Amino acid sequence: MEQSDIIWEVKKDAIRRMVKSGKRSDGRTGDEYRKIEFIEGYIPKSPGSCLIKMGNTQVLVGVKADVGEPYDDSPGRGNLSTSCELSPLASPDFSVGPPGEMSIEIARVVDRGIRESKMIDMDKLCITEGKEVWTLMVDIHVLDHDGNLTDAASMAAVKALSNAYLPKYEDGKVLYTKQGENVPVKEQPVSCSFVKIDETNILDPVLEEEKVMDAQITIVTTSKGEICAIQKSGSGTYSREEIEGMVDKAIERGKEIRKNYW
Amino acid sequence: MGGAKTDIKLISKGKRIDGRGFEELRPIKIEAGVLKRADGSCYLEWGKNKVLAAAYGPRECFPKHTQNSYRAKLTYRYNMAPFSTDDRKRPGPDRRSTEISKVSREALEKVVFLEYFPRTAIEVYVEVLQADAGTRCAALTAASVALADAGIPMRDLIVACAAGKVDDEIVLDLCQEEDNYGSADLPIAISPRTGQIHLMQMDGTLTRKEFSTAFEMAQKGCLKVNELQKKALKDKYEKIGEEYGTE
Repeated sequence: MEQSDIIWEVKKDAIRRMVKSGKRSDGRTGDEYRKIEFIEGYIPKSPGSCLIKMGNTQVLVGVKADVGEPYDDSPGRGNLSTSCELSPLASPDFSVGPPGEMSIEIARVVDRGIRESKMIDMDKLCITEGKEVWTLMVDIHVLDHDGNLTDAASMAAVKALSNAYLPKYEDGKVLYTKQGENVPVKEQPVSCSFVKIDETNILDPVLEEEKVMDAQITIVTTSKGEICAIQKSGSGTYSREEIEGMVDKAIERGKEIRKNYW
Repeated sequence: MGGAKTDIKLISKGKRIDGRGFEELRPIKIEAGVLKRADGSCYLEWGKNKVLAAAYGPRECFPKHTQNSYRAKLTYRYNMAPFSTDDRKRPGPDRRSTEISKVSREALEKVVFLEYFPRTAIEVYVEVLQADAGTRCAALTAASVALADAGIPMRDLIVACAAGKVDDEIVLDLCQEEDNYGSADLPIAISPRTGQIHLMQMDGTLTRKEFSTAFEMAQKGCLKVNELQKKALKDKYEKIGEEYGTE
């Protein structure tokens, strides 16, 4: 048991009771996001970056671009790689070392949302087919963990990519300090995560809600109202009706985020 | 999804590239109790997938600090053999297999009576010997048969199956070509007795309506595979009965 878990054991019942009666510790309703603040271009040395503040959760995403070889099965397309760093500065529960399950899962779900929504026009990232393509590296740094890292990371990554540029590429050299074309963006996916506590599903959980959750589901939607990625995690289970209901809500909330923040 | 472009026609005249109908599973063969040393085991063929699962436990939990005083610790390792794919896969865990292992373990945690065996470990090891799309479903389906074969008390046999979208059609159980060139994949795992969803992932793009269609199709697929799981376990005991004579 991790050190801070003991406190949660004591608080668990109180949080459970609250959620059951339709209340939340910060006064939100069950399907409401916290207030979101984006600071785009937070790291000027990075070709694309964004700091997101979602309540007390803070996540910083930086994008870098480099020229590399394409994969054999996609000779005319650029590459995308996403990583997530859960540094101990973000939570007493995080420790240094190779990425664990949690950070791998966050990175892969964010990656899936970007990739499957076809957010980036990968064909336009090709320089010479079969030889040289742009590789976009999205690095997620969690700075303060107060729940719902997946949505925070996903939204910050989408913002960072949307304001990112490619460096200049001349005579086989990447001029990292010179600004070239913008990253070709076609779509902006929105990630929507719910946690299940007993029989209630609530949107955008804070850490104390995540600590008592039975299961979590992340649904990523596109601007056309399509679903492009889903990840269920945690040992709890869902009925079909529950999932269908959350998919509807995710589509609705996706529209709202697009209207208010994009 | 691969999402790669292709000239191959994935669907023609209402049939899929491997001749199946839209709601047809690939041929599946399940055999329980195939390994001598493991407490429980299962060999499963699903199309061209070949998967071997072994279950151990409840047994002593190492390292000791990972013991839980209230329940057994469940571990699940999904591993692809280096020779299982067209290219050689670098041996050892990668990000994909770490994620699959995590969600598969979580899918099993609620059906195994972990609370009966505090401080112990129950371990599942699944090796994908040959991969042909849908390996996470094949692996999880084999894993629950192996757990049952080990005599570990369970509430139900978890079963997994995927549905997806190929050439604008919703189809059951994608094969390799369909996975590479199709546009969506929705693997789920259910507990057939309760109908609860224990695992769900999705990649690709589906409209709201297509999602519901695929969801329902995958659920139906799961129920069909579940019959084969139960049959595999029964067959094992019938065989033992024949060997020792039943009276």
